[in-house]
Amino acid sequence: MTSPHIRLDNNSVQRVMLYVLLALVPGIVAYVWNVGAGILVNIAIASVTALGAEALVLKLRNRPIAITLTDGSAIVTAWLIALALPSIVPWWLTVIAVLIGIVGAKHLYGGIGQNPFNPAMAAYCAAIIAYPALMSQWPAVGQVDFATQLQLILGGGREIDGITGATALDAMRTGLRKNEAVSAIFESTAFGYAGGNGWEYIGAGYLLGGLFLLWRRIISWHLPFAFIAGMGLTATLFWAISPEQYPSPLFHLASGGAMLGAFFIVTDPVTSASTPRGKLIFAAGVGIIAWFVRTFGVYPEGVAFGVLLMNIGVPLIDRKTQPPIFGRRGGKQP
Amino acid sequence: MSALSHLFRFHGGIKPATHKTESSDARIRPAPLPARLVVPLIQSSRGSARPVVTVGDTVLKGQCIGEAQGQAGTAIHAPTSGTVVEIGLYPMAHASGLDSLAIVIEPDFEERWIESEPLNLAHASREEMILRIQASGIVGMGGATFPSHIKVGNAIDTLILNGAECEPWITCDDRLMRERAADVITGATILARLTGAKRIVVGIEDNKPEAIAAMTQAAHSVGADEIDLGTIDVVAVPARYPAGGEKQLIRVLTGIEVTSGKLATDYGVQCFNVGTAHAVCRALVHGEALVSRVVTVTGNVERPGNYEVLLGTPAADLLALAGAKPDTNRALMGGPMMGFTLPSLSTPIVKGANCVIAASPKLFPPAPPEQPCIRCGTCARACPIELHPFELYWFSRAKNFDKVEAYHIFDCIECGCCTYVCPAHIPLVDYFRFAKSEMRAKNEERKAAEQARARFASRSARLEREKAEKAARLAAKAAETRAQLAASGEAAAAAPERQEAAAPSAEQKADPT
Repeated sequence: MTSPHIRLDNNSVQRVMLYVLLALVPGIVAYVWNVGAGILVNIAIASVTALGAEALVLKLRNRPIAITLTDGSAIVTAWLIALALPSIVPWWLTVIAVLIGIVGAKHLYGGIGQNPFNPAMAAYCAAIIAYPALMSQWPAVGQVDFATQLQLILGGGREIDGITGATALDAMRTGLRKNEAVSAIFESTAFGYAGGNGWEYIGAGYLLGGLFLLWRRIISWHLPFAFIAGMGLTATLFWAISPEQYPSPLFHLASGGAMLGAFFIVTDPVTSASTPRGKLIFAAGVGIIAWFVRTFGVYPEGVAFGVLLMNIGVPLIDRKTQPPIFGRRGGKQP
Repeated sequence: MSALSHLFRFHGGIKPATHKTESSDARIRPAPLPARLVVPLIQSSRGSARPVVTVGDTVLKGQCIGEAQGQAGTAIHAPTSGTVVEIGLYPMAHASGLDSLAIVIEPDFEERWIESEPLNLAHASREEMILRIQASGIVGMGGATFPSHIKVGNAIDTLILNGAECEPWITCDDRLMRERAADVITGATILARLTGAKRIVVGIEDNKPEAIAAMTQAAHSVGADEIDLGTIDVVAVPARYPAGGEKQLIRVLTGIEVTSGKLATDYGVQCFNVGTAHAVCRALVHGEALVSRVVTVTGNVERPGNYEVLLGTPAADLLALAGAKPDTNRALMGGPMMGFTLPSLSTPIVKGANCVIAASPKLFPPAPPEQPCIRCGTCARACPIELHPFELYWFSRAKNFDKVEAYHIFDCIECGCCTYVCPAHIPLVDYFRFAKSEMRAKNEERKAAEQARARFASRSARLEREKAEKAARLAAKAAETRAQLAASGEAAAAAPERQEAAAPSAEQKADPT
């Protein structure tokens, strides 16, 4: 046996993943409180599908099943997909999305640690491109009871009028397309204090969980900081020029998947840049692209596209941002 | 003798459970004489000694039995009086487990010292003192076993005395500083005198307050006129592994970041272990060659302790002395971060052996199964060299050695921090050792190939030249012949009928009809 002969106690990939799941709980609680318990059903469907798919692929690939299945990474992907999709999508869409994430984005590239694209975001993008209508049907906050949500998820018929509501990002986009002023659009019931009515609490929940991850040093500050800065500064720039045409940075950060993206998506260690400077570039890029997609693109939310686009650049970013090491800083002496 | 006003930081590091208290209160006691001492002739990082005794010889304690070979060689001495009974191959105290030549001595249990000749330091010349260090067999006792007489050859400003002892479990330097601070400081002042250092800085991790107090007191009692020295500072450095690494300690105490490929002496700094300073004091002031050292015996034992151990004592004797528990399945030499599993329990204590740890599956459980790397970067946060171990890991796995080198694998000090913190339980350091050895082997191969190519080229050139010379010779000869023929042209012209007579006969041969 070779040195070192000791290891840090209670240290494992499982523990890392467990912390991430734990950090998602405040956001999920806020979700259930504001939107309804349907999300829990989606999370359950996603989790079971993820574990099944993971086990199957591991078996097909002739890899050890137990150790990878229990590492928690598939569950994290499943939860993130469930939280990214509207909570009333039919069950089969959740299943398809998870299969795309686990089988396509993760295992076809070699499994955990090898995938260049964020599995949850790859799944989200595939779903929104293939099923744009279903993917835009978000439950109206506080108006859809659990039974209806369950029926929408499990049942076939989708009598959705009056059940779904425009999300804040949707309402903003539509309003701006009609040349309405930002302040006028904000009068709509879709809006709360800063972002979507009700949804902003969920964002706050993610923020809380993210701070927990920062405190436990599961994630480094570079990624969420740069994402928020990238999105926030871009939004500030345009907002400062024309506040009635471009909503405030606060609106952008409080809406859609901004907080989930900042603390749980761009922070995926496997698919994000790994050097300190690289992390800043990567996450800032995601934030900026997300803002542009939201503002000028055809989809209301752009975090997922930003992540996938920046994922492509990660190998280059990492290579070009290798920090100097001890003893090779080039004459920097006291 | 004041604390330094400002300490510097090095990146990363870890804070493993120190396990110092098990043995830190145990005073240094002499370990009993073993039945046989196996004294390896390789006890320095720079070559082996040449035996100067033969089987059957009677030796005295401190008598030279292995002569220093070459400029960098260091001598080996009989650890006790007795008889040389064998000179043979024995497993080395080294991770490789390779055998090395060793002199086996059966003690006579009289401990008769060879007549000692302390140097009169007031009058001894610098050369005399350095020769004495070499002849006393002194090497770096922190584990690196670099010959000390080579190190003192460089002129420096600041001498750093390394008392950090950052590895868990080990307390031998702690006890040495607590109990023999005066000797350690004296040794340090001698080293300072030899190197021309104007300043001695003693770095001790702040988890050893007693050692800091003892060393501070000893430093105070050094007479200002005794040596030509400015100051001695005893500094408490934050306990964080690997604070005792040479470059890390230099960084913390002086702020100097020794550039990769350069030596500390290029910056006017040199680092010596407290044990080395102590050995220098014993050798020069008391005339005693290096025949023993303080060893911590701890881990899975009933009575952890610190012992003055004769070099050549089998590790098994120490484990028995400390009462190794029944479930002990192996022994480590050195600390748990950088030490190695002893190839056999009979492996002898050598000059660089600071600690023997009895290990059991319970105390040192095998690492959990390796999982895929998730690039979480925890290893990069822990690396004191600021490398990105996970990148090196990917490239090592892929045997992409050009990349491995470009990411500075040869700056890795194998401290083990990355492996310690890896949540996927990847034995990163093992991958790096593999990559390094592969690259070294490839380098050797390349060198050999280049040599072969050069040899082939020169052989081809030689053959070509010889051929050309031969051709030239032949041509010269032919020319000579032609000249001769030309000279005898008249003679040839005078006898044409002979040639003409020969021609038809050839035609006849070609046409048998």
